[in-house]
Amino acid sequence: MSAFTALILRDIRLAIRVGGGALMGALFFLIVVTMMPFAIGPDLNLLARIGPAILWLGALLASLLALDRLFVTDHEDGSLDLLMMGDMPLELAVAAKAIAHWLTTALPLVVITPVLGLMLNIEIDGMGALALTLLTGTPALTFIGLTGAALSVALRRGGLLLAVLVLPLTIPVLIFGVAAANAAIVGPAPFGPPFTILCALSLASLVLGPVAAAAALRHGLE
Amino acid sequence: MQLTGENLACVRGGRQVFSRLSFSVSRGEALVVTGRNGVGKSSLLRCIAGLVRLAGGQLKLDGAERETSVGEQAHYLGHQDAAKPSLTVRENLSFWSQYLGAGVAAIEAALEAVDLAPLAGLPAGYLSAGQRRRLSIARLVAAPRPLWLLDEPTSALDVQSQARLAELMRGHLASGGMIVAAAHGPIGLDNPRELKMGLE
Repeated sequence: MSAFTALILRDIRLAIRVGGGALMGALFFLIVVTMMPFAIGPDLNLLARIGPAILWLGALLASLLALDRLFVTDHEDGSLDLLMMGDMPLELAVAAKAIAHWLTTALPLVVITPVLGLMLNIEIDGMGALALTLLTGTPALTFIGLTGAALSVALRRGGLLLAVLVLPLTIPVLIFGVAAANAAIVGPAPFGPPFTILCALSLASLVLGPVAAAAALRHGLE
Repeated sequence: MQLTGENLACVRGGRQVFSRLSFSVSRGEALVVTGRNGVGKSSLLRCIAGLVRLAGGQLKLDGAERETSVGEQAHYLGHQDAAKPSLTVRENLSFWSQYLGAGVAAIEAALEAVDLAPLAGLPAGYLSAGQRRRLSIARLVAAPRPLWLLDEPTSALDVQSQARLAELMRGHLASGGMIVAAAHGPIGLDNPRELKMGLE
């Protein structure tokens, strides 16, 4: 097994064992989305109109929830030192960690989205498209957040700093994600253009995120 | 194979830890770094491992098989044991062995070498400090690398384990490896070279 897959498997294992945070994101997502109809009221048309935005905001906050621990635990127990001494470039190592984080945190969100869509009066037809936008958009959120997670280790500041640094950078993803979902559910704009841009944002962050995160970790060497 | 440091300098947190430090270690040799607390022994090891940026000087590893950085040829045994509490002893070791590019072939032998084989299925969170230390040492055995950087390797180890570690170190040196260790007392090697820090 290559070092890359070994690292992905280790992080997945850590997340699903006792003390790991695998389902915390999905639970948080569930709570946030469940609260919305209570706050907004039983206006079904209104819920259907803002449903995609609520689901996207919930997913955005939930996927950032556990991200600040991504490197901090490895830093605290000395694992990060050894990760930096591997044969594999640090960029690939942080990418492996991000993939494991996406699989354990963001993928469950995508899976439960159709169920939550029901609560927001989103039509069954639009549900598939909405889940598809989350499936393609959440990698961008994870990989943008990766840089923030690395910075929070390098700068020795955790928690809130991550949200302050990362959330502004995720605005384009949010805009095009919600635009694509709305196009599929409410119309009349076509689904294609915003969805393609969303894919482009994900692909770009897949490349840039690990490079920036590795640079941040190297800069924090001390 | 030879590791040489010339005029090394290290600055951490705005403080000059050491400067104009030179040393060399050849294959089969051990260098024990001694000196008072805070004189920069750990910093020196972390500099060699590439975990702290050098503020000056040159660090070279001549005759390495591959064109790689010193850190990629070295094992670093620091104060932290890099063991995940929720993974078992075997899972911890096999992960590091695979990550460091050695596969899982030597896992069982390495566990045997540090006398952790009976505990291989136990989550690492239940290990004592000394056992966790031995799990770290097993990593050095499972994934062969020519340079061992040991920061107070005998801390938390009982007498038997210290003897076993000394045996592993002698075996590593006999097979052409190199050791740089920071220590306050004897680490069980016959007559290692000594680098006294903080005597300027």
